[in-house]
Amino acid sequence: MARTVWDSTVGKKTVMAVSGLVMLLYLVAHMIGNLKIFFGTEEFNHYAHWLRTVGEPFMHYEWTLWLIRVVLVVAVVAHAVSAYQLSRRDIRARPSKYVHRKKRADYATRTMRWGGVILGLFIVWHILDLTTGTVHPGGFESGKPYQNVVDTFSTWYGNAVYIAAVLALGLHIRHGFWSAAQTLGAGSRTRDRALKTTANVLALLLTIGFVAVPVGVMTGVVS
Amino acid sequence: MTTYADYTTGEPVADTKAPAGPVNERWDTRRFEAKLVNPANRRRKTVIVVGTGLAGGAAGATLAEQGYHVVQFCYQDSPRRAHSIAAQGGINAAKNYRNDGDSIHRLFYDTVKGGDFRSRESNVHRLAQISVEIIDQCVAQGVPFAREYGGLLDTRSFGGVQVSRTFYARGQTGQQLLLGAYQALSRQIAAGTVEMHPRTEMLDLVVVDGRARGIVARDLITGKIDTYYADAVVLASGGYGNVFYLSTNAMNSNATAIWRAHRRGAYFANPCFTQIHPTCIPRTGDHQSKLTLMSESLRNDGRIWVPKAAGDDRPPNRIPEDERDYYLERVYPSFGNLVPRDIASRAAKNVCDEGRGVGPGGQGVYLDFADAVERMGREAVEAKYGNLFDMYQRITDEDPYRVPMRIYPAVHYTMGGLWVDYDLQTTVPGLFAVGEANFSDHGANRLGASALMQGLADGYFVLPATINDYLARNPLDDQVDDGHPEVQEVLAETEDRLNLLLSVDGDRTPDSFHRELGEVMWEFCGMARTESGLRKALERIPQIREEFWRRIKVPGTGEEFNQSLEKANRIVDYLELAELMCLDALHRAESCGGHFREESQTPDGEAARRDDEFGYAAAWEFTGTGDAPTLHKEDLVFEYVHPTQRSYA
Amino acid sequence: MKLTLRVWRQRNADAEGAMSTYEVDGISQDMSFLEMLDTLNEELILTGEDPVAFDHDCREGICGACSLVINGDAHGPERTTTCQLHMRSFRDGDTIDIEPWRASAFPVVKDLVVDRSAFDRIIQAGGYITAPTGAAPEAHATPVPKPDADLAFEHAECIGCGACVAACPNGAAMLFTSAKVNHLNVLPQGAPERETRVLDMVGQMDAEGFGGCTLAGECATACPKGIPLFSITSMNKEWLRATRRAAKG
Repeated sequence: MARTVWDSTVGKKTVMAVSGLVMLLYLVAHMIGNLKIFFGTEEFNHYAHWLRTVGEPFMHYEWTLWLIRVVLVVAVVAHAVSAYQLSRRDIRARPSKYVHRKKRADYATRTMRWGGVILGLFIVWHILDLTTGTVHPGGFESGKPYQNVVDTFSTWYGNAVYIAAVLALGLHIRHGFWSAAQTLGAGSRTRDRALKTTANVLALLLTIGFVAVPVGVMTGVVS
Repeated sequence: MTTYADYTTGEPVADTKAPAGPVNERWDTRRFEAKLVNPANRRRKTVIVVGTGLAGGAAGATLAEQGYHVVQFCYQDSPRRAHSIAAQGGINAAKNYRNDGDSIHRLFYDTVKGGDFRSRESNVHRLAQISVEIIDQCVAQGVPFAREYGGLLDTRSFGGVQVSRTFYARGQTGQQLLLGAYQALSRQIAAGTVEMHPRTEMLDLVVVDGRARGIVARDLITGKIDTYYADAVVLASGGYGNVFYLSTNAMNSNATAIWRAHRRGAYFANPCFTQIHPTCIPRTGDHQSKLTLMSESLRNDGRIWVPKAAGDDRPPNRIPEDERDYYLERVYPSFGNLVPRDIASRAAKNVCDEGRGVGPGGQGVYLDFADAVERMGREAVEAKYGNLFDMYQRITDEDPYRVPMRIYPAVHYTMGGLWVDYDLQTTVPGLFAVGEANFSDHGANRLGASALMQGLADGYFVLPATINDYLARNPLDDQVDDGHPEVQEVLAETEDRLNLLLSVDGDRTPDSFHRELGEVMWEFCGMARTESGLRKALERIPQIREEFWRRIKVPGTGEEFNQSLEKANRIVDYLELAELMCLDALHRAESCGGHFREESQTPDGEAARRDDEFGYAAAWEFTGTGDAPTLHKEDLVFEYVHPTQRSYA
Repeated sequence: MKLTLRVWRQRNADAEGAMSTYEVDGISQDMSFLEMLDTLNEELILTGEDPVAFDHDCREGICGACSLVINGDAHGPERTTTCQLHMRSFRDGDTIDIEPWRASAFPVVKDLVVDRSAFDRIIQAGGYITAPTGAAPEAHATPVPKPDADLAFEHAECIGCGACVAACPNGAAMLFTSAKVNHLNVLPQGAPERETRVLDMVGQMDAEGFGGCTLAGECATACPKGIPLFSITSMNKEWLRATRRAAKG
């Protein structure tokens, strides 16, 4: 079955849909967690610490977190590899363009590919910045995420990169969620409106939720 | 000097295959008497099928299912595009699902009567019997016929018939049936039992020692001319309505396969029997390349009229009621706008000839829905005819809800075709003709929704049963190849013809000749024919032919994709077939069905049949281009349906 | 009307192609687009030039032969087939670009003619119901609920023209394939081959080199017969169902 799925364009789209939904689920949780920053240093840092102790005593320290990380890495890799292979195939299937070019209507669809690339690069920067601290602008201190976040969003480029990425994410989710529903066969004539609305609401909520943090830092609500 | 019109009458021709006995038992008897081919031997037998419409597609699929090796051809890029696809109305079958008194016998009776007593009873009865199985077959294939809320099949009455026996799939019945046959054929192609050659056009028939042994065909992409051999050849290449240039046929539908077969010995029967459909969209100018049919059902609620005064060019809505002539209602008070196709067509021609036609060129009459909109409401009219109105508006840019539609008759179907016996075999042993390509079932006029029925009956059920008999009784003991003198001759003729077309390098395009021929045919061999007109046509056609070979211009070469060459080569055959059509129309000095001779009408202007003199099918034998052909008569005997004169007054 | 046409000319499959410019005059608003091209071709023949090759046959919008990309739109600006497009959709003095369907699975044969045999092979892979002639049960033996029959019909309307592939930025054949899968899978007659049909047809579609679906929706917008985009969704569902069942054995 795995072979059938991976070898088929429809199957690979399924892989993208499922991995995309896994990431979406994570993002919702991530966003909710992020918003705790508005309740002060202590609550935010406590939440960050809790992430490492979830599941204790059954799980050892950080086991749950690593489990989530592994799942996420698998999802990201599966999503990216499928996307890359499908895109290669799509470009091969339409080698010559029309001489008379049309402006294509749907913005989100067109932006799925480069939006995906932007998001991929962003994830790398984001981890190096706030997880490992490798490229962090201030003095990165593990265990003090509140300060780390404030440091990042105190630089202009930190804000710019983050906000650009979140906007790309919003567009990506807007088409991606609806598209995943179609790929998984959940769409229908009667359900289409509901799905499109859900996609729009999700995209909007996540965009606002994530952008709130840098905006909070910039406006001094968070400092 | 003898002219083309001085035909000679040869020996009568007779169908020797239909068994004697009660008409309803003949098909069973024939199937029992027919010899069978051992299933193990079938894959060693090759059958060529030319065409992939309803008849050809069904025949190819079924023969392959039986185990034969089928080699099939179509000129289109895919077997799914044959012109059967354009049939709108429906398909008749004597299922009697409505319990409204229908039966096999009634369908048989209606078809013989509708054909104006110029068809063969045995064949028509078989058609009616098989009609029942066709519906079962198509439903099993997944053809999405219209259904009622209970999930059962819906039917409607069609073409003035009193029972509701027409099965339909919205206005696309032909498309759905064709796709069913195409899918069955596709299954066999995948199984390797059918070798499909799309974009390959048959250019001639290979006859060796008096038997059909294969065809010569041209690959339309590379231009390569090849021979294909078989144990039997089946022509399913459709009708020849495109002789008229403007018709409802597809642009590339052509008569080459049947005409070349005719030249090689197959008799051509009743070539003058053409059906002219009354409700087509009129032409808009000289650029017109084809005509589009609109369903006859429009006449159920639309009223046909023209202005009373000739040359009245006021817009229709400005012509007051008392200055309009609802001529069908006036002349045929009991049937009104629902008179049969041929009568409605001729009446339209007559009023236009009087100068009362409407629209560009005065070649049109109004089909007015104003009363229907008032009576039923716009919504009801829309529900019933919405898609037709949309189609009309797309083509003409006029809104039929507000302005009356304009309609005019157009050539639609050809009842004539290659003469075949009860087994659908032509006079060339081993050559069969199915569907519109043969002449068998419709006599002088075809009933609505019967073309699809005949195509599928021939393809799915008749031919696959009868061809066994030929193959079993006539095993071939020699191999034919390109070295055979008779093959070399055919090949050389084909190549010479194409080379000649390419080398004339004249100053007229293929289309210009086709259009000129079409005008002559429409004028003199169209809806109403006269002796003097037909003689004029017989004089004109050889002149056009002579000019054609002097002035034709075909660019390019024969070794490439060359649509002008394809077209020109088809016109070569139209220029000969047209002559035979006119001769047939001239010789048949009676009116019957779609053939109306002005000299033969009743005092009130109706078609007058002359059964004593013309109660036969005319099968013509080719003797040479422009040479007077030989007529072979097949006497038609009516044991069950007794000839009566039609009356619609 | 007087028009400038820029037409893709390509001698054969192996030759390089390019746009050529032609002027046509005396075009009537009532002409169909193909009749306008006929007019051009008549002139080209008389001047000894090779006429423009294009596929066409029924000219009433049902055979699916005609296949032109007009000003970047498959079948031109109206939602119909090229043969049913009329010149009144254009204005005097317009420049019109005419190109063939472009997709690697549809190689150009000549000028505006492409090879769409890949579609036939997708149907051959499973786009049928195995019902040999003579084996059919009585037509009323299995009633089909009207909504199912209507749904089947809606998908069965596909004319196989390939506009969906031409319009798709990925050259995908999903809409064509899904139309046939849904037509047959929704009917009780199609049920026995429901799983193999969708798996085999999608497999063949991939093997022909069509692109994948990004649900851009261009296919459904270009489809002259209005096959809806959710047709693809339904096929995806069928495919997943079939894959799961195949895994179960």
